[in-house]
Amino acid sequence: MKPPPLATLPNPVRPAFAPEGEGGPVIVNIGPSHPATHGTVQIIAALDGERVVRTDVHAGYLHRGFEKECESHTWHNLIPYVDRLNYVSALINDFAYCDAVEQLMGVTITPRCRYLRTLLSEYSRLVDHLTCIAAGLMELGAMTAFLYLVMVRDYMYEHLANLTGARVTYTYGRIGGLARDLPADWLTRLADILDKYEVFVARVHGLIDRNRIFIDRMRDVGVISTADALHWGYTGPILRSTGAVLDLRRDTPYLAYAELDFEVPVGIKGDNYDRYYVRMREMDESVHMIRQLMEMLPAGPINVDDHRCTFPDKQLVYTEIESLINHFKLVMDGPAVPAGEIYVAHESPNGELGFYLVSTGGGVPYKVHVRAPSFVHMGGVHKMLEGYQLADIVPTFGSVNMIGGECDR
Amino acid sequence: MIQDLVIAIVYIGYALTVLLLFGTVLTWVERKQAAVMSDRIGANRAYVRIPFTQVKLVWWGLFHGMADGLKMLLKEDWKPAAYDRLAYMIAPWVVFTPVLLVFGVIPFGGTLDPGKLLSALPAVADWFGERSYPMQIARLDAGLLIVFAFGGLSVIGAMLAGWSSSNKFSMLGALRAGAQMISYELVMGLTVLGLILIYGTLDLNAMVQQQSGLVLGFLPAWGIVYQPFAATLFLTAAIAENKRIPFDLPEAESELIAGFYTEYSAMKMGLFMFAEFIEIAIIGALFTTLFLGGYNLPFLNDSGFALPGGHVVPLAHGTVVVLQLSTFLVKVLAMSSFQILIRWTLPRFRFDQVLMFAWKFMLPLCLANLVVTAVVVFLLQR
Repeated sequence: MKPPPLATLPNPVRPAFAPEGEGGPVIVNIGPSHPATHGTVQIIAALDGERVVRTDVHAGYLHRGFEKECESHTWHNLIPYVDRLNYVSALINDFAYCDAVEQLMGVTITPRCRYLRTLLSEYSRLVDHLTCIAAGLMELGAMTAFLYLVMVRDYMYEHLANLTGARVTYTYGRIGGLARDLPADWLTRLADILDKYEVFVARVHGLIDRNRIFIDRMRDVGVISTADALHWGYTGPILRSTGAVLDLRRDTPYLAYAELDFEVPVGIKGDNYDRYYVRMREMDESVHMIRQLMEMLPAGPINVDDHRCTFPDKQLVYTEIESLINHFKLVMDGPAVPAGEIYVAHESPNGELGFYLVSTGGGVPYKVHVRAPSFVHMGGVHKMLEGYQLADIVPTFGSVNMIGGECDR
Repeated sequence: MIQDLVIAIVYIGYALTVLLLFGTVLTWVERKQAAVMSDRIGANRAYVRIPFTQVKLVWWGLFHGMADGLKMLLKEDWKPAAYDRLAYMIAPWVVFTPVLLVFGVIPFGGTLDPGKLLSALPAVADWFGERSYPMQIARLDAGLLIVFAFGGLSVIGAMLAGWSSSNKFSMLGALRAGAQMISYELVMGLTVLGLILIYGTLDLNAMVQQQSGLVLGFLPAWGIVYQPFAATLFLTAAIAENKRIPFDLPEAESELIAGFYTEYSAMKMGLFMFAEFIEIAIIGALFTTLFLGGYNLPFLNDSGFALPGGHVVPLAHGTVVVLQLSTFLVKVLAMSSFQILIRWTLPRFRFDQVLMFAWKFMLPLCLANLVVTAVVVFLLQR
């Protein structure tokens, strides 16, 4: 006898949508592998002709258990993982994480390290914004502008590779300092690249800013109000594009930001054009800050002299038993972080990047939670997609700058 | 007449060679020009090695077009599981063939006199006798109408492709293609009405002949001088018709993956691409014919250069023919290059904006241009 047929299960991915029928909206899957979704994210959209009636955004396709994985590695071993959160500006993740651990340990970093981290944070922000704007322009079909920006970004990648040994995931931060000091002539080349940046960005301004097609595509598209943005927990350029002056670098200065002269650019309407322009202006501010920091950068050591977290000099490890033991303990047990919990947030290119750490003492974290801006933004992104056209999903989603690595973790 | 047939076959052979060559070379021009525009080196990897030697001919990456073609031919011809078989199969050809046919009515040179050209071979020259042929495959009174008739056919191909692949993105692409191409067809038709008023003919060869000579003593009497607005509008509409950036909505890769040909692979997809590149050349040829004087060079007529001040430089018939052929090709290449320049400069429109642009911006301008032209022509004829 044949077993009775199983009851048909509701579609787990599309429970929110009524099945397609004659005359009703057409439901299309945009993603998880679609050219419009930079990372892997699925946007299920109900279309009425070209108009988007309703969207459902599914994140999580890049989930790799980051937070759970953290609980079985020493504080130091997490730094390469942290790099892979927002892989476009890995250094900011590094520094935010290290800052959190250092505050938990009560370590104060050296002045040179503090200024260098600030400089590199701004440099990373530059790279991140360049990537975001370039990708957005490419998706609108403006290939030449995309290539101009990506060319500058590549100078920066190579320049950072010269410092850290890697182009994207740098693993450059260390608890209590940095992996190594600047190579010779690094700052000279930096000044050079910043000049190049100005040339190329001027070209992009000329090609794009007042282009009628671009304005029509971006103005009044993907609008979000300040109230909605705050309600959905938005931070960073998206919130600032609505006119809210909220920037952790200004409001709760960390690293060396209190000593820098910079402005917080804001938009007017919270649409795609504002988000584009806020990012463009922020890049200029970053360049301004980097130039100040190049002047201010003091000489001195880059690592704190604290045996709880700083590795001893290699020469001493080979010649001195105390240093050998210190090295051994740091590698095997990890840095001794006292019991406690802490939340530290840095202003990442996408918004508030927070690390919530819980330690029960010892070298391994009890819990690491990341407040990733991209994940929070995904919660309310349907607000910016619904009611516009199918083609508007592309620039809007591009300007939200969802980074799969930090969103899905 | 058997002589006519020989000449027709020669012309068709020439036209096919030129078009297919343009289709291949333009892929290279597009890459290289884009590279130059965005400060890159561009295609430079494909090479042909002379057998049994280590000599590799790179030629600035010119062989990339060949490599691409070969790749397309050798790829697996993957087909979607559910599709309308017949429509799916013929769609690429419905797009590709009309594009080639348009060239049939375009004059690519002046008058060919085989008897004079081949005077070194008296037997052949005698066989041709006094016959002379305009360099155009089909000299039709309704030339311009044929252009639009065939131009309109490729919409059907795009619609068929989108409809038959049973894919929602293809379908959306097909809908966009249909609406967009029909709208711009209309605009394109209206832009050339002004020219028809001025030249009083639909025959493309007659139009080109009227564009020889000078206006005001120094400007070549080209269509663009009489109808600058129409020229701009025509080129815009033609690019929209060809579905390239900023009008590439039917195949907008970031929105619809590849639009109406998402489900096509291998050479079927290659045909769509090839048709697009040949259409660049066709648009260049049409624009040259209508607005840039076709094969005309200033001061050049069928017997040689007649420079101002009564200086005459007589040229042999063969030289004139070659000069006219290459003038036409150079103009077409320049126009193709200009289209590529536009494609690599601008971002893409949105669907509603493209239609708005056609109906609310270009159409009124075309009508205004037409009215002004009509009034001026009427007043001048009085």
